[in-house]
Amino acid sequence: MIPFAGWNLPVEYSGLLAEHKATRQAAGLFDISHMGQIRATGPGALAALEVLLANDPAKLKDGEGHYTFLLNDQGGVIDDLFLYRLGPSDFLLVVNASRHVEDLALLSKQKSNVSFVGSPGSTAGMALQGPRAPAILSKLIQGDLSNPSLPPRNHIRQYTIAGHLVLVGATGYTGEEGYEFFMERKAGPKIWDHILATGKSEGLLPCGLGARDSLRLEAGFPLNGQDLSPEITPVEAGLGFFVDLTRPRPFLGRTAVETQKKSGAPRVCIGIKGVTGQPPPRHDYPVFRGDQRIGVITSGVPSPTLGHGIALALITAPAPPCGQDLEFEVRGRRVPAKVCHRKFLGKR
Amino acid sequence: MNTPNDLLYAKSHEWLRLDQGKGYVGITDHAQSALSDVVFVELPKAGRTVKAGEVVATVESVKAASDIYSPVEGTIVESNATLTSDPGLINREPYGQGWLFKIEPTQPKPNGLLTATEYSATLPS
Repeated sequence: MIPFAGWNLPVEYSGLLAEHKATRQAAGLFDISHMGQIRATGPGALAALEVLLANDPAKLKDGEGHYTFLLNDQGGVIDDLFLYRLGPSDFLLVVNASRHVEDLALLSKQKSNVSFVGSPGSTAGMALQGPRAPAILSKLIQGDLSNPSLPPRNHIRQYTIAGHLVLVGATGYTGEEGYEFFMERKAGPKIWDHILATGKSEGLLPCGLGARDSLRLEAGFPLNGQDLSPEITPVEAGLGFFVDLTRPRPFLGRTAVETQKKSGAPRVCIGIKGVTGQPPPRHDYPVFRGDQRIGVITSGVPSPTLGHGIALALITAPAPPCGQDLEFEVRGRRVPAKVCHRKFLGKR
Repeated sequence: MNTPNDLLYAKSHEWLRLDQGKGYVGITDHAQSALSDVVFVELPKAGRTVKAGEVVATVESVKAASDIYSPVEGTIVESNATLTSDPGLINREPYGQGWLFKIEPTQPKPNGLLTATEYSATLPS
């Protein structure tokens, strides 16, 4: 167990590599109860979220969700989160544990016909990820005849599982097919055991924070506090797609990110691949092109799937083309690497 | 955790096996378990002189890179080249084929190291 944003989280259960492999080949179950679940309800809920979030919440139909940001005035990322629309005036925000209290304070400044509910520790959450996840979810909801089909990608539905009401969103942080389960806190242990028992014959393993990190990085997903921060904008992080400027809608940080989207950002996030037999890239290692220090690795790991190091790096713009040679510095020594696409496993 | 009685231990989780004036150094069962699957090692070159407590090697798992300290002052005689192609030996045989380097200690009787019982007492139960 290690401390993580005020929580104690398991780094691994049976072993990081076994858990990583299970999620890529069968299925993994992750305890994400530390993540904040904030419910925004009331006739003013949509209007409140429209002035706060970078992706346009008005695009969401009931039962849909998308990835979005809470930005500061400079366009830097306070939090990256998933927003689901449960009904016309009912939204669920799934936020990072480390930003939960800050998010709530910022959201709660909006007082016009909206209430934000969901303090740390009030809910439980789990992520079921991997190619066997749909088969396992099918078994879990077999008894719920009111809602017999699985949620499509980026949709959320409510089911009765083991006697408890559970919201199931079809998304995840591993690059695999999968689902995230949201429920009241006291249902957590029972649902966890029930999913593990149901998925056992499909090869489901409980997975810790270690595999969660190696899986998300292989999929090219950012980690708040490393690849995203109040000093890094979504445009710099290569996530400008999730900032929606279509409507003339004022939202926090809009002016700053709009300028960057039009005229380019000073820095850019690139993928880097290391060489087998060389030390793997890690968070905070400096990156060089020739003699010039051009940036820093924000996340790096020896990829269990690929067998070489992979990393996200934030460097001075413009982005060099894929295949270009770079170096990063490990313990005072330069190590060769190449620029590559940020979806390290390719299109899946 | 396995903590053989015939070895000496450093608080930083290295072991030392003395044998005819030379010492083999590796990391303990507890250390390999805490690191989990080792995927890369960086080992010292033969001939290098090191102080006790000096960083001499790095062991990397998927999770993290961990510094390895020399348990004694001395001269590196040999590094375990097999680990370059099979770093997982450190997990499978931490006290055997997973040794990291061989050292010739300056002092025949090194001080400041722990017995198996003393080292075990430093581990979380």
